[in-house]
Amino acid sequence: MFLRLSLASAVSLALTTNAIAVDSFNPEISLILDGRYSAFDNESEYELPGFMLGGEAGRGEEGLHLGHNELAISANVDDLFYGKLTTAIADHEGETEVELEEAFIETQALGNGLSIRAGRFFSAIGYLNQQHGHAWDFVDAPLIYRGLFGEQLIDDGVQIGWVAPTDIYLQVGGELLRGERFPAGGASNDGKGASTLFAKIGGDIGVSHAWQLGLSHWRADVENRTSGGHAHEGEAEEVPTFSGDSRVSGIDFVWKWAPRGNASERNFKLQGEYFIRDEDGDVIMDDGSAAPEATSYDGEQKGWYLQAVYQFMPRWRVGLRYDWLEADNKGSDEEVLAEAGLDDEGHTPERVTLMADYSHSEYSRLRLQYAKDDSYEESDDILTLQFVMSLGPHGAHKF
Amino acid sequence: MRLNYRIILLVLAMGLTKSSLAALNVFACEPEWASLAETLGGDRVKVVSATTAYQDPHRIEARPSLIAKVRRADLLVCSGAELEIGWLPMLQRQAGNPKVLRGQPGYFEAADQIERLGIPDSLDRSMGDIHASGNPHVHLDPRRLSTIATALSDRLANLDPTNADYYRKRHDEFSQTWEEALQRWKTRALPLVGARLVVHHQDWEYFFDWLGIIRVGSLEPKPGLPVSSGHIVKLKKRLQQEPPLAIIYTAYQSPRAAKRLSQITGIPAVELPYTVGGAEGVVDLFTLFDETLKRLLEVIP
Ligand SMILES: [Zn+2]
Repeated sequence: MFLRLSLASAVSLALTTNAIAVDSFNPEISLILDGRYSAFDNESEYELPGFMLGGEAGRGEEGLHLGHNELAISANVDDLFYGKLTTAIADHEGETEVELEEAFIETQALGNGLSIRAGRFFSAIGYLNQQHGHAWDFVDAPLIYRGLFGEQLIDDGVQIGWVAPTDIYLQVGGELLRGERFPAGGASNDGKGASTLFAKIGGDIGVSHAWQLGLSHWRADVENRTSGGHAHEGEAEEVPTFSGDSRVSGIDFVWKWAPRGNASERNFKLQGEYFIRDEDGDVIMDDGSAAPEATSYDGEQKGWYLQAVYQFMPRWRVGLRYDWLEADNKGSDEEVLAEAGLDDEGHTPERVTLMADYSHSEYSRLRLQYAKDDSYEESDDILTLQFVMSLGPHGAHKF
Repeated sequence: MRLNYRIILLVLAMGLTKSSLAALNVFACEPEWASLAETLGGDRVKVVSATTAYQDPHRIEARPSLIAKVRRADLLVCSGAELEIGWLPMLQRQAGNPKVLRGQPGYFEAADQIERLGIPDSLDRSMGDIHASGNPHVHLDPRRLSTIATALSDRLANLDPTNADYYRKRHDEFSQTWEEALQRWKTRALPLVGARLVVHHQDWEYFFDWLGIIRVGSLEPKPGLPVSSGHIVKLKKRLQQEPPLAIIYTAYQSPRAAKRLSQITGIPAVELPYTVGGAEGVVDLFTLFDETLKRLLEVIP
């Protein structure tokens, strides 16, 4: 009798603990660990002729280094709101920096397909832009993302989206953004310096194919966007600085295949994006003086990538990506344009990337990537070995 | 005045006819729930299934077509217990349809209605992709399914009160035939009581609990992890002492591992439908159990 009683209480105790264990996932805390080893063939400084680089744009560090480590906390605030905060922890020139990558709330209960997001978030421009780096199929962003957005377009503001009540998936939306972060700058128009419009449409073809097509447009009144400066010997550092109007239009598509819609054994993904940017304004080489060198600037930069990833057996995937960019920039002073990195030097940047990765479970991934990088005149061979691991609750991924 | 009165009546009548014929849009996460919702809802529900028997319900893409379906759903019927954790929350967040969020009447979790098996003592990913709230593959115990059916019928009546009587009537009919079938299956399954089986994934726990079948091994080294050849060899050694009745796998799992183990041990490998649509002739929950028992009884020497 005593034994039975104590057994029963042990069981009920175990049940209570389990209930607590489940609840302890709220809020969800997830941690991404990312470490890399990279080898470059070319020691010269990275550039992308015709594009003013900003943000974290570049080929990354050589040797053993940490990648994009991330801590994210999210939960339903209440029945109306969901909230998420993501911090990226990275080393920049020997110092550990914590960057606030996302900090937003999102409505859940507006209904009629409407939702509003506010705070800091990845803009809905393009397809890859909203995915976290650890969910990418390659170690790095496509060149066009590097050239236009400094890897990824993040901003502070408000996003509104509406899903149509139709058989086919149709989402339209817009964003009003502060426009302080690259590639905007200056938070012009009283801190409403940039805006976005986007539309996505998608569906299935049979049971094995799924697709999505997106269109997006971003514009900003740019006030003093700076890009990587450089100093001539014995002279003050000159920082290329752009002010004017900037517009980016993009089209993106993704197509996924899995036999009978069952992706666990084999699956295939093909995705591509094309962006074109038009800029109008002035570029000055800011050296702190009252009358820096200046030029008018009428720029057009465009590019696309196409990538395919194939899981040929559980755990193993291979991928191929091709990048292509082109810039056509004009200005009153070609020399100043060239100094600002806006001369394409008669070169169209290209890159071919191969990758293979192995995922022991859904939470751990090891990746080997080789890139033949023709970003600039001198070709580079880049070899990267990467691990990406996620700790915490099972995340749900976007299509 | 008289005219107005007539118009009001007419409008009311139209309203009534319309609402009594209006179908509830049901989004079922898995085919078993689509089938149950159709059985219980009849022509008052319009059911779509997010997945087929050939898809692994743990691993579904949050596809645009599914977002569009959740957007228009009045009721989601899912297994729950984290089976759909990799995709359903994303659909719910993107669809902008508050009716079907967790905690709302439009969200029905089957696993929530019954006593679950396999609730882990501790949560540690080194034990594989375990479900914190227990094993979610709840539909394979017909006794539990009966409880779930009652709860689902109540939910339909709750969401669509004008048709409450209709749903109750259909449930009574279902319940009666189900109880009869249950008795029939129990008698038929007697030779399987105490049988030992090797599974691919731990998706048969509730079925085993019903019939007193013993799971003696899994082809997955840890729940949710892909099969490895090293593990198959280990399994072979372990099974040599006392060979089990069969190695079972489902329509959504690759037959390779089961066939390989069968080849090196001589233990028969049996494909089971697992859910509605998982084999020819398995068109509803009744034929699902009929076919499952038939295939298992066939391998008894
Ligand atoms: Zn499972």
